[in-house]
Amino acid sequence: MALLNIRNLTVKFATATGSFTAVDGIDVSVDKGEVLAIVGESGSGKSVSMLAVMGLLPDTATITADEMTYDGQDISNMTAVQRRKLIGREITMIFQEPVASLNPSFTTGFQIEEVLRLNLGMSRREAHARALELYRAVGIPEPEEKLKAYPHQMSGGQCQRVMIAMAIASNPRLLIADEPTTALDVTIQKQILDLLMKLQEDYGMALILITHDMGVVAETADRVVVQYKGKKMEEADVLSLFENPQHPYTRALLSALPENATGDRLPTVSDFFTQEAAR
Amino acid sequence: MTAVVEGKAIVQDYHVPGGMFARARSVRALKGVDFRVEKGKTLAIVGESGSGKSTLARVIALIDAPTGGELRIEGKPVDIRAHRPGPDMRSKVQMVFQNPYGSLNPRQKIGNVLMEPLAINTNVPAAEQRERAEAMLAKVGLQPEHFNRYPHMFSGGQRQRIAIARALMLNPSLLVLDEPVSALDLSVQAQVLNLLADLQDEFGLTYVFVSHDLSVVRYIADEVMVISKGEAVEQGTREEVFANPTHPYTRQLFAATPVTDVAAIRTRVERRRLARAGVQ
Repeated sequence: MALLNIRNLTVKFATATGSFTAVDGIDVSVDKGEVLAIVGESGSGKSVSMLAVMGLLPDTATITADEMTYDGQDISNMTAVQRRKLIGREITMIFQEPVASLNPSFTTGFQIEEVLRLNLGMSRREAHARALELYRAVGIPEPEEKLKAYPHQMSGGQCQRVMIAMAIASNPRLLIADEPTTALDVTIQKQILDLLMKLQEDYGMALILITHDMGVVAETADRVVVQYKGKKMEEADVLSLFENPQHPYTRALLSALPENATGDRLPTVSDFFTQEAAR
Repeated sequence: MTAVVEGKAIVQDYHVPGGMFARARSVRALKGVDFRVEKGKTLAIVGESGSGKSTLARVIALIDAPTGGELRIEGKPVDIRAHRPGPDMRSKVQMVFQNPYGSLNPRQKIGNVLMEPLAINTNVPAAEQRERAEAMLAKVGLQPEHFNRYPHMFSGGQRQRIAIARALMLNPSLLVLDEPVSALDLSVQAQVLNLLADLQDEFGLTYVFVSHDLSVVRYIADEVMVISKGEAVEQGTREEVFANPTHPYTRQLFAATPVTDVAAIRTRVERRRLARAGVQ
Protein backbone atom coordinates (compact mmCIF):
# COMPACT_ATOMS: atom_id res chain seq x y z
CA MET A 1 0.00 0.00 0.00
CA ALA A 2 1.18 3.46 -0.82
CA LEU A 3 2.49 5.54 2.07
CA LEU A 4 1.23 8.81 0.64
CA ASN A 5 -1.63 8.73 -1.79
CA ILE A 6 -3.06 11.77 -3.51
CA ARG A 7 -5.70 11.62 -6.20
CA ASN A 8 -6.93 14.46 -8.37
CA LEU A 9 -5.32 17.27 -6.38
CA THR A 10 -6.19 20.76 -7.52
CA VAL A 11 -4.78 23.93 -6.00
CA LYS A 12 -6.22 27.29 -6.97
CA PHE A 13 -4.95 30.68 -5.88
CA ALA A 14 -7.25 33.67 -5.57
CA THR A 15 -5.42 36.58 -7.19
CA ALA A 16 -6.37 40.17 -7.93
CA THR A 17 -7.13 39.19 -11.53
CA GLY A 18 -9.15 36.12 -10.69
CA SER A 19 -8.50 32.51 -9.85
CA PHE A 20 -5.24 30.89 -10.95
CA THR A 21 -4.90 27.11 -11.10
CA ALA A 22 -1.38 26.14 -10.05
CA VAL A 23 -1.99 22.40 -9.77
CA ASP A 24 -4.59 20.82 -12.00
CA GLY A 25 -5.72 17.29 -11.18
CA ILE A 26 -2.43 15.71 -10.11
CA ASP A 27 -2.12 12.17 -8.77
CA VAL A 28 0.91 11.39 -6.62
CA SER A 29 1.63 8.27 -4.69
CA VAL A 30 4.80 7.13 -3.00
CA ASP A 31 5.52 3.75 -1.44
CA LYS A 32 7.48 3.00 1.69
CA GLY A 33 11.21 3.35 1.08
CA GLU A 34 10.73 4.67 -2.43
CA VAL A 35 12.43 7.67 -4.07
CA LEU A 36 10.01 9.64 -6.20
CA ALA A 37 11.25 12.59 -8.24
CA ILE A 38 8.84 15.31 -9.33
CA VAL A 39 10.41 17.19 -12.25
CA GLY A 40 9.25 20.35 -13.89
CA GLU A 41 10.25 23.86 -14.84
CA SER A 42 9.35 26.93 -12.84
CA GLY A 43 5.60 27.43 -12.73
CA SER A 44 4.86 23.74 -13.24
CA GLY A 45 3.30 23.48 -9.76
CA LYS A 46 5.80 20.90 -8.55
CA SER A 47 6.42 22.60 -5.19
CA VAL A 48 2.82 23.71 -4.69
CA SER A 49 1.41 20.17 -4.63
CA MET A 50 3.83 19.16 -1.86
CA LEU A 51 3.26 22.38 0.09
CA ALA A 52 -0.44 21.47 -0.03
CA VAL A 53 0.35 18.13 1.63
CA MET A 54 2.40 19.89 4.30
CA GLY A 55 -0.34 22.48 4.90
CA LEU A 56 2.09 25.29 4.17
CA LEU A 57 0.09 27.19 1.58
CA PRO A 58 -1.30 30.65 2.32
CA ASP A 59 -5.02 31.26 2.94
CA THR A 60 -5.53 32.41 -0.64
CA ALA A 61 -5.08 28.83 -1.81
CA THR A 62 -8.05 26.52 -2.28
CA ILE A 63 -7.10 22.85 -2.11
CA THR A 64 -9.40 20.13 -3.39
CA ALA A 65 -8.64 16.45 -3.81
CA ASP A 66 -10.59 13.21 -4.26
CA GLU A 67 -8.22 11.50 -1.90
CA MET A 68 -5.35 12.68 0.27
CA THR A 69 -4.16 9.97 2.62
CA TYR A 70 -1.01 9.25 4.52
CA ASP A 71 -0.68 5.66 5.71
CA GLY A 72 -4.43 5.20 5.43
CA GLN A 73 -5.32 8.36 7.40
CA ASP A 74 -7.14 11.17 5.63
CA ILE A 75 -4.97 14.29 5.91
CA SER A 76 -7.31 16.75 4.19
CA ASN A 77 -9.82 16.90 7.08
CA MET A 78 -7.41 16.71 9.99
CA THR A 79 -7.61 19.12 12.88
CA ALA A 80 -4.59 21.30 13.47
CA VAL A 81 -3.59 19.18 16.48
CA GLN A 82 -3.75 15.91 14.55
CA ARG A 83 -1.88 17.46 11.66
CA ARG A 84 0.94 18.67 13.90
CA LYS A 85 1.44 15.12 15.16
CA LEU A 86 2.09 14.07 11.60
CA ILE A 87 3.82 17.02 9.97
CA GLY A 88 7.30 17.55 11.31
CA ARG A 89 7.43 14.05 12.76
CA GLU A 90 6.25 11.46 10.28
CA ILE A 91 6.52 13.75 7.27
CA THR A 92 9.30 16.33 7.19
CA MET A 93 10.54 18.73 4.57
CA ILE A 94 13.72 20.52 3.54
CA PHE A 95 13.93 23.53 1.27
CA GLN A 96 16.04 25.09 -1.43
CA GLU A 97 17.80 27.86 0.47
CA PRO A 98 19.46 26.23 3.48
CA VAL A 99 20.92 29.46 4.83
CA ALA A 100 17.56 31.24 4.64
CA SER A 101 15.75 28.29 6.24
CA LEU A 102 17.68 28.70 9.49
CA ASN A 103 17.15 31.51 11.97
CA PRO A 104 20.25 33.74 11.87
CA SER A 105 19.88 34.83 15.51
CA PHE A 106 20.27 31.41 17.13
CA THR A 107 23.00 28.79 16.98
CA THR A 108 22.26 25.81 14.76
CA GLY A 109 22.59 23.60 17.84
CA PHE A 110 19.85 25.57 19.63
CA GLN A 111 17.58 25.25 16.60
CA ILE A 112 17.95 21.50 16.24
CA GLU A 113 17.64 20.92 20.00
CA GLU A 114 14.46 22.99 19.95
CA VAL A 115 13.01 20.57 17.40
CA LEU A 116 13.96 17.63 19.59
CA ARG A 117 12.57 19.16 22.78
CA LEU A 118 9.28 20.45 21.39
CA ASN A 119 8.52 17.70 18.91
CA LEU A 120 9.85 14.67 20.69
CA GLY A 121 9.63 15.86 24.29
CA MET A 122 13.30 15.32 25.06
CA SER A 123 15.06 16.95 27.98
CA ARG A 124 17.84 19.45 27.29
CA ARG A 125 20.51 16.89 28.03
CA GLU A 126 18.91 14.21 25.84
CA ALA A 127 18.36 16.71 23.06
CA HIS A 128 22.00 17.77 23.15
CA ALA A 129 23.23 14.19 22.97
CA ARG A 130 20.84 13.37 20.12
CA ALA A 131 21.77 16.55 18.22
CA LEU A 132 25.42 15.53 18.42
CA GLU A 133 24.54 12.08 17.12
CA LEU A 134 22.54 13.57 14.24
CA TYR A 135 25.38 15.96 13.30
CA ARG A 136 27.67 12.93 13.08
CA ALA A 137 25.06 11.04 11.01
CA VAL A 138 24.86 13.83 8.42
CA GLY A 139 28.64 14.25 8.31
CA ILE A 140 29.21 17.66 9.85
CA PRO A 141 32.89 17.96 10.80
CA GLU A 142 33.67 18.90 14.44
CA PRO A 143 30.03 18.38 15.50
CA GLU A 144 30.61 19.53 19.08
CA GLU A 145 31.96 22.89 17.85
CA LYS A 146 29.39 23.28 15.08
CA LEU A 147 26.46 22.96 17.50
CA LYS A 148 27.63 26.32 18.86
CA ALA A 149 27.97 27.91 15.41
CA TYR A 150 25.52 30.41 13.94
CA PRO A 151 24.22 29.80 10.41
CA HIS A 152 26.41 32.55 8.93
CA GLN A 153 29.50 30.81 10.28
CA MET A 154 28.75 27.71 8.21
CA SER A 155 28.86 27.10 4.46
CA GLY A 156 25.73 26.50 2.37
CA GLY A 157 26.44 22.77 2.20
CA GLN A 158 26.85 22.55 5.98
CA CYS A 159 23.62 24.49 6.55
CA GLN A 160 21.83 22.02 4.27
CA ARG A 161 23.29 19.20 6.37
CA VAL A 162 21.87 20.88 9.49
CA MET A 163 18.46 21.11 7.79
CA ILE A 164 18.67 17.42 6.89
CA ALA A 165 19.67 16.57 10.48
CA MET A 166 16.56 18.43 11.72
CA ALA A 167 14.38 16.71 9.15
CA ILE A 168 15.53 13.20 10.11
CA ALA A 169 15.57 13.91 13.86
CA SER A 170 12.19 12.24 14.39
CA ASN A 171 12.94 9.24 12.13
CA PRO A 172 10.31 10.33 9.60
CA ARG A 173 8.84 7.85 7.18
CA LEU A 174 8.57 10.44 4.43
CA LEU A 175 11.03 13.22 3.64
CA ILE A 176 10.08 15.83 1.07
CA ALA A 177 13.10 17.66 -0.37
CA ASP A 178 12.24 20.75 -2.42
CA GLU A 179 15.19 21.52 -4.71
CA PRO A 180 17.65 20.62 -1.93
CA THR A 181 20.79 21.17 -3.99
CA THR A 182 19.85 23.95 -6.40
CA ALA A 183 21.69 26.64 -4.42
CA LEU A 184 24.82 24.51 -4.04
CA ASP A 185 27.95 23.86 -6.11
CA VAL A 186 28.16 20.59 -8.05
CA THR A 187 30.71 18.96 -5.75
CA ILE A 188 28.61 19.88 -2.70
CA GLN A 189 25.46 18.82 -4.55
CA LYS A 190 27.00 15.37 -5.02
CA GLN A 191 27.79 15.11 -1.31
CA ILE A 192 24.28 16.15 -0.27
CA LEU A 193 22.59 13.79 -2.74
CA ASP A 194 24.83 10.92 -1.63
CA LEU A 195 23.93 11.73 1.98
CA LEU A 196 20.19 11.84 1.25
CA MET A 197 20.37 8.52 -0.58
CA LYS A 198 22.41 6.92 2.21
CA LEU A 199 19.98 8.12 4.89
CA GLN A 200 17.05 7.05 2.76
CA GLU A 201 18.48 3.53 2.52
CA ASP A 202 19.62 3.33 6.16
CA TYR A 203 16.34 4.57 7.64
CA GLY A 204 14.13 3.07 4.91
CA MET A 205 12.25 6.33 4.51
CA ALA A 206 10.38 7.38 1.42
CA LEU A 207 11.83 10.41 -0.31
CA ILE A 208 10.03 12.85 -2.59
CA LEU A 209 12.57 14.92 -4.45
CA ILE A 210 11.31 18.03 -6.21
CA THR A 211 13.77 19.24 -8.82
CA HIS A 212 14.17 20.85 -12.22
CA ASP A 213 17.46 19.09 -12.87
CA MET A 214 17.31 15.94 -15.04
CA GLY A 215 20.82 15.03 -13.85
CA VAL A 216 19.65 14.92 -10.23
CA VAL A 217 16.70 12.75 -11.28
CA ALA A 218 18.99 10.35 -13.11
CA GLU A 219 21.22 9.97 -10.07
CA THR A 220 18.56 9.48 -7.40
CA ALA A 221 15.03 8.52 -8.41
CA ASP A 222 13.26 5.16 -8.56
CA ARG A 223 10.17 6.65 -10.17
CA VAL A 224 9.61 10.00 -11.87
CA VAL A 225 6.63 12.30 -12.37
CA VAL A 226 7.04 14.98 -15.05
CA GLN A 227 4.87 18.05 -14.54
CA TYR A 228 4.17 20.97 -16.85
CA LYS A 229 1.85 23.92 -16.17
CA GLY A 230 0.19 22.15 -13.24
CA LYS A 231 -0.55 18.96 -15.12
CA LYS A 232 1.12 15.58 -15.03
CA MET A 233 2.70 14.83 -18.40
CA GLU A 234 4.23 11.47 -17.70
CA GLU A 235 4.96 9.04 -14.92
CA ALA A 236 7.47 6.22 -15.30
CA ASP A 237 10.27 4.40 -13.55
CA VAL A 238 13.54 6.23 -14.01
CA LEU A 239 15.09 3.86 -16.54
CA SER A 240 12.10 3.81 -18.91
CA LEU A 241 11.78 7.58 -18.64
CA PHE A 242 15.32 8.18 -19.88
CA GLU A 243 15.40 5.21 -22.25
CA ASN A 244 12.03 5.60 -23.82
CA PRO A 245 10.21 8.81 -22.87
CA GLN A 246 6.56 8.65 -23.92
CA HIS A 247 5.33 12.21 -23.71
CA PRO A 248 6.57 14.82 -26.22
CA TYR A 249 7.28 17.25 -23.37
CA THR A 250 9.58 14.76 -21.66
CA ARG A 251 11.33 14.10 -24.95
CA ALA A 252 11.70 17.85 -25.42
CA LEU A 253 13.15 18.31 -21.94
CA LEU A 254 15.66 15.52 -22.43
CA SER A 255 16.79 16.74 -25.82
CA ALA A 256 17.20 20.29 -24.47
CA LEU A 257 19.95 19.00 -22.17
CA PRO A 258 23.22 20.37 -23.56
CA GLU A 259 24.93 17.00 -23.09
CA ASN A 260 22.43 15.41 -25.47
CA ALA A 261 23.15 17.97 -28.18
CA THR A 262 23.49 16.49 -31.61
CA GLY A 263 25.01 18.88 -34.09
CA ASP A 264 25.24 22.60 -33.54
CA ARG A 265 21.79 23.52 -32.33
CA LEU A 266 19.96 22.54 -29.19
CA PRO A 267 16.37 21.50 -29.81
CA THR A 268 14.09 23.62 -27.64
CA VAL A 269 10.79 22.76 -26.04
CA SER A 270 8.89 25.13 -28.32
CA ASP A 271 10.44 23.46 -31.42
CA PHE A 272 9.00 20.25 -30.10
CA PHE A 273 5.52 21.59 -29.62
CA THR A 274 5.46 23.06 -33.14
CA GLN A 275 6.62 19.72 -34.54
CA GLU A 276 3.94 17.90 -32.61
CA ALA A 277 1.30 20.33 -33.83
CA ALA A 278 2.44 19.91 -37.44
CA ARG A 279 2.16 16.15 -37.22
CA MET B 1 45.81 35.07 -35.55
CA THR B 2 45.47 37.96 -33.17
CA ALA B 3 43.98 37.54 -29.77
CA VAL B 4 40.94 39.68 -29.01
CA VAL B 5 41.71 39.53 -25.33
CA GLU B 6 44.82 38.42 -23.58
CA GLY B 7 45.75 38.42 -19.89
CA LYS B 8 49.13 37.85 -18.30
CA ALA B 9 49.54 37.08 -14.61
CA ILE B 10 46.30 38.79 -13.60
CA VAL B 11 46.19 39.28 -9.84
CA GLN B 12 43.25 40.67 -7.92
CA ASP B 13 43.19 41.46 -4.22
CA TYR B 14 40.08 42.41 -2.31
CA HIS B 15 40.35 44.52 0.78
CA VAL B 16 38.27 43.25 3.69
CA PRO B 17 37.80 46.05 6.19
CA GLY B 18 38.28 45.23 9.85
CA GLY B 19 35.33 45.09 12.18
CA MET B 20 35.02 45.53 15.90
CA PHE B 21 37.04 42.40 16.55
CA ALA B 22 38.65 41.61 13.21
CA ARG B 23 41.74 43.17 11.71
CA ALA B 24 41.56 44.51 8.18
CA ARG B 25 43.03 42.04 5.72
CA SER B 26 43.22 41.45 2.04
CA VAL B 27 42.05 38.41 0.13
CA ARG B 28 43.80 37.34 -3.05
CA ALA B 29 40.92 36.35 -5.33
CA LEU B 30 43.09 35.80 -8.42
CA LYS B 31 46.62 34.50 -8.07
CA GLY B 32 48.18 35.21 -11.45
CA VAL B 33 45.94 33.96 -14.25
CA ASP B 34 46.99 33.81 -17.93
CA PHE B 35 44.62 33.46 -20.84
CA ARG B 36 44.18 34.32 -24.49
CA VAL B 37 41.09 34.19 -26.70
CA GLU B 38 41.20 34.36 -30.48
CA LYS B 39 38.61 36.19 -32.56
CA GLY B 40 35.30 34.37 -32.96
CA LYS B 41 36.11 31.82 -30.26
CA THR B 42 34.60 31.10 -26.87
CA LEU B 43 36.63 30.75 -23.71
CA ALA B 44 34.67 29.11 -20.91
CA ILE B 45 35.77 29.80 -17.36
CA VAL B 46 34.55 27.01 -15.07
CA GLY B 47 34.67 26.99 -11.30
CA GLU B 48 32.65 26.79 -8.12
CA SER B 49 31.45 29.66 -5.98
CA GLY B 50 34.38 31.52 -4.49
CA SER B 51 36.81 30.30 -7.14
CA GLY B 52 37.36 33.78 -8.58
CA LYS B 53 35.62 33.19 -11.89
CA SER B 54 33.35 36.23 -11.63
CA THR B 55 36.26 38.35 -10.38
CA LEU B 56 38.12 37.46 -13.57
CA ALA B 57 35.02 38.24 -15.65
CA ARG B 58 34.81 41.70 -14.07
CA VAL B 59 38.49 42.35 -14.79
CA ILE B 60 38.09 41.30 -18.44
CA ALA B 61 34.92 43.40 -18.80
CA LEU B 62 36.91 46.47 -17.61
CA ILE B 63 34.70 46.93 -14.58
CA ASP B 64 37.37 46.34 -11.93
CA ALA B 65 41.05 47.21 -12.23
CA PRO B 66 43.25 44.24 -11.41
CA THR B 67 45.87 44.63 -8.66
CA GLY B 68 48.57 43.24 -10.93
CA GLY B 69 49.20 41.78 -14.35
CA GLU B 70 48.60 42.97 -17.86
CA LEU B 71 45.35 42.93 -19.82
CA ARG B 72 45.38 43.47 -23.58
CA ILE B 73 42.27 44.07 -25.67
CA GLU B 74 42.89 43.63 -29.40
CA GLY B 75 46.60 43.85 -28.74
CA LYS B 76 46.43 47.18 -26.87
CA PRO B 77 47.40 47.15 -23.18
CA VAL B 78 44.53 48.45 -21.05
CA ASP B 79 45.00 49.75 -17.55
CA ILE B 80 41.74 51.25 -16.36
CA ARG B 81 43.35 52.46 -13.14
CA ALA B 82 45.82 54.67 -15.02
CA HIS B 83 43.56 55.80 -17.87
CA ARG B 84 39.82 55.75 -17.83
CA PRO B 85 38.84 53.85 -20.95
CA GLY B 86 37.16 56.02 -23.57
CA PRO B 87 34.00 55.27 -25.53
CA ASP B 88 36.04 53.31 -28.12
CA MET B 89 37.39 50.87 -25.60
CA ARG B 90 34.07 50.62 -23.74
CA SER B 91 32.35 49.78 -27.01
CA LYS B 92 34.70 46.89 -27.64
CA VAL B 93 33.92 45.01 -24.43
CA GLN B 94 30.40 44.45 -23.12
CA MET B 95 28.99 42.28 -20.39
CA VAL B 96 25.86 40.20 -19.73
CA PHE B 97 25.09 39.37 -16.12
CA GLN B 98 23.65 36.29 -14.48
CA ASN B 99 20.39 37.58 -13.15
CA PRO B 100 18.20 39.22 -15.80
CA TYR B 101 15.81 40.30 -13.03
CA GLY B 102 18.50 42.44 -11.41
CA SER B 103 20.42 43.72 -14.41
CA LEU B 104 17.59 45.73 -15.99
CA ASN B 105 16.29 48.95 -14.48
CA PRO B 106 12.61 48.32 -13.64
CA ARG B 107 11.69 51.93 -14.45
CA GLN B 108 13.33 52.03 -17.84
CA LYS B 109 11.49 51.06 -21.00
CA ILE B 110 13.20 48.43 -23.14
CA GLY B 111 13.74 50.91 -25.96
CA ASN B 112 15.63 53.22 -23.64
CA VAL B 113 17.61 50.31 -22.23
CA LEU B 114 18.85 49.60 -25.74
CA MET B 115 19.41 53.22 -26.82
CA GLU B 116 21.28 54.28 -23.70
CA PRO B 117 24.66 52.75 -24.66
CA LEU B 118 24.48 54.61 -27.99
CA ALA B 119 23.55 57.89 -26.33
CA ILE B 120 26.44 57.65 -23.91
CA ASN B 121 29.19 56.31 -26.16
CA THR B 122 28.39 57.56 -29.66
CA ASN B 123 27.08 60.56 -31.58
CA VAL B 124 24.43 58.59 -33.40
CA PRO B 125 21.34 60.80 -33.97
CA ALA B 126 18.21 59.90 -32.01
CA ALA B 127 16.24 58.63 -35.00
CA GLU B 128 19.01 56.24 -35.94
CA GLN B 129 19.38 55.11 -32.32
CA ARG B 130 15.78 54.05 -32.42
CA GLU B 131 16.19 52.27 -35.74
CA ARG B 132 19.19 50.35 -34.48
CA ALA B 133 17.43 49.42 -31.25
CA GLU B 134 14.43 48.07 -33.16
CA ALA B 135 16.69 46.12 -35.49
CA MET B 136 18.50 44.63 -32.50
CA LEU B 137 15.20 43.59 -30.88
CA ALA B 138 14.40 41.60 -34.02
CA LYS B 139 17.90 40.06 -34.00
CA VAL B 140 17.43 38.63 -30.51
CA GLY B 141 13.98 37.28 -31.32
CA LEU B 142 11.75 39.97 -29.80
CA GLN B 143 9.02 42.06 -31.46
CA PRO B 144 9.05 45.78 -32.36
CA GLU B 145 6.04 46.33 -30.06
CA HIS B 146 8.26 45.35 -27.12
CA PHE B 147 10.09 48.67 -27.53
CA ASN B 148 7.86 50.60 -25.14
CA ARG B 149 7.41 47.92 -22.49
CA TYR B 150 8.97 47.66 -19.06
CA PRO B 151 11.19 44.78 -17.86
CA HIS B 152 8.55 43.33 -15.50
CA MET B 153 6.38 42.54 -18.53
CA PHE B 154 8.91 39.98 -19.77
CA SER B 155 9.82 36.44 -18.76
CA GLY B 156 13.31 35.51 -17.56
CA GLY B 157 14.40 34.24 -20.96
CA GLN B 158 13.11 37.35 -22.72
CA ARG B 159 14.90 39.57 -20.22
CA GLN B 160 18.15 37.76 -20.85
CA ARG B 161 17.58 38.39 -24.58
CA ILE B 162 17.17 42.09 -23.78
CA ALA B 163 20.38 42.10 -21.75
CA ILE B 164 22.19 40.45 -24.66
CA ALA B 165 20.68 42.98 -27.08
CA ARG B 166 21.87 45.85 -24.88
CA ALA B 167 25.38 44.40 -24.81
CA LEU B 168 25.42 44.16 -28.62
CA MET B 169 24.21 47.72 -29.34
CA LEU B 170 27.76 49.06 -29.58
CA ASN B 171 29.01 46.32 -31.93
CA PRO B 172 31.46 44.97 -29.39
CA SER B 173 34.15 42.53 -30.39
CA LEU B 174 34.17 40.82 -26.99
CA LEU B 175 31.21 39.76 -24.89
CA VAL B 176 31.75 38.71 -21.27
CA LEU B 177 28.88 36.49 -20.14
CA ASP B 178 28.74 35.79 -16.42
CA GLU B 179 26.52 32.71 -15.90
CA PRO B 180 24.05 33.97 -18.53
CA VAL B 181 21.81 30.89 -18.48
CA SER B 182 22.04 29.59 -14.93
CA ALA B 183 18.93 31.48 -13.76
CA LEU B 184 16.87 30.10 -16.65
CA ASP B 185 14.75 26.98 -17.08
CA LEU B 186 16.15 24.17 -19.17
CA SER B 187 14.01 24.82 -22.24
CA VAL B 188 14.68 28.57 -22.13
CA GLN B 189 18.37 27.89 -21.54
CA ALA B 190 18.49 25.98 -24.83
CA GLN B 191 16.91 28.93 -26.67
CA VAL B 192 19.37 31.44 -25.23
CA LEU B 193 22.36 29.20 -25.97
CA ASN B 194 21.15 28.84 -29.57
CA LEU B 195 20.76 32.61 -29.82
CA LEU B 196 24.31 33.15 -28.54
CA ALA B 197 25.65 30.67 -31.10
CA ASP B 198 23.78 32.43 -33.93
CA LEU B 199 24.97 35.88 -32.87
CA GLN B 200 28.54 34.66 -32.61
CA ASP B 201 28.42 33.41 -36.22
CA GLU B 202 26.72 36.52 -37.51
CA PHE B 203 28.90 39.16 -35.86
CA GLY B 204 32.14 37.20 -35.41
CA LEU B 205 31.88 37.77 -31.67
CA THR B 206 34.37 36.53 -29.13
CA TYR B 207 32.90 35.20 -25.90
CA VAL B 208 34.25 34.82 -22.42
CA PHE B 209 31.63 32.55 -20.88
CA VAL B 210 31.65 32.06 -17.11
CA SER B 211 29.77 29.02 -15.89
CA HIS B 212 29.63 26.35 -13.23
CA ASP B 213 27.68 23.98 -15.44
CA LEU B 214 29.96 21.56 -17.29
CA SER B 215 27.28 20.37 -19.69
CA VAL B 216 26.71 23.94 -20.89
CA VAL B 217 30.46 24.50 -21.18
CA ARG B 218 30.90 21.33 -23.19
CA TYR B 219 28.25 22.56 -25.59
CA ILE B 220 29.42 26.14 -26.10
CA ALA B 221 33.18 26.38 -25.44
CA ASP B 222 36.19 26.23 -27.75
CA GLU B 223 38.70 26.71 -24.97
CA VAL B 224 38.16 25.83 -21.32
CA MET B 225 39.81 27.22 -18.19
CA VAL B 226 39.10 25.48 -14.90
CA ILE B 227 39.64 27.84 -12.00
CA SER B 228 39.89 26.93 -8.34
CA LYS B 229 40.81 29.17 -5.42
CA GLY B 230 42.04 31.92 -7.74
CA GLU B 231 44.29 29.72 -9.81
CA ALA B 232 43.76 28.34 -13.29
CA VAL B 233 44.32 24.67 -12.55
CA GLU B 234 43.62 23.45 -16.05
CA GLN B 235 43.56 25.12 -19.46
CA GLY B 236 43.13 23.70 -22.92
CA THR B 237 40.80 23.12 -25.83
CA ARG B 238 37.40 21.68 -25.02
CA GLU B 239 38.36 18.31 -26.50
CA GLU B 240 41.55 18.09 -24.45
CA VAL B 241 39.96 19.06 -21.16
CA PHE B 242 36.90 16.86 -21.49
CA ALA B 243 38.72 13.83 -22.92
CA ASN B 244 41.65 13.92 -20.60
CA PRO B 245 41.34 16.06 -17.47
CA THR B 246 44.74 16.10 -15.78
CA HIS B 247 44.25 18.12 -12.60
CA PRO B 248 42.63 16.32 -9.62
CA TYR B 249 40.22 19.23 -9.11
CA THR B 250 38.95 18.97 -12.70
CA ARG B 251 38.43 15.23 -12.26
CA GLN B 252 36.56 15.85 -9.01
CA LEU B 253 34.36 18.38 -10.79
CA PHE B 254 33.62 15.90 -13.59
CA ALA B 255 32.87 13.11 -11.15
CA ALA B 256 30.42 15.30 -9.25
CA THR B 257 28.45 16.34 -12.32
CA PRO B 258 25.30 14.23 -12.61
CA VAL B 259 25.06 12.15 -15.76
CA THR B 260 21.84 11.35 -17.59
CA ASP B 261 23.40 8.44 -19.43
CA VAL B 262 21.04 5.43 -19.68
CA ALA B 263 23.78 2.89 -18.96
CA ALA B 264 24.73 4.73 -15.76
CA ILE B 265 21.08 4.83 -14.64
CA ARG B 266 20.72 1.11 -15.34
CA THR B 267 23.78 0.34 -13.17
CA ARG B 268 22.45 2.49 -10.34
CA VAL B 269 18.94 1.01 -10.46
CA GLU B 270 20.41 -2.49 -10.50
CA ARG B 271 22.66 -1.72 -7.52
CA ARG B 272 19.71 -0.40 -5.54
CA ARG B 273 17.63 -3.44 -6.38
CA LEU B 274 20.39 -5.75 -5.17
CA ALA B 275 20.90 -3.72 -1.98
CA ARG B 276 17.19 -4.02 -1.24
CA ALA B 277 17.11 -7.74 -1.96
CA GLY B 278 20.08 -8.12 0.41
CA VAL B 279 18.21 -6.37 3.22
CA GLN B 280 15.15 -8.57 2.98
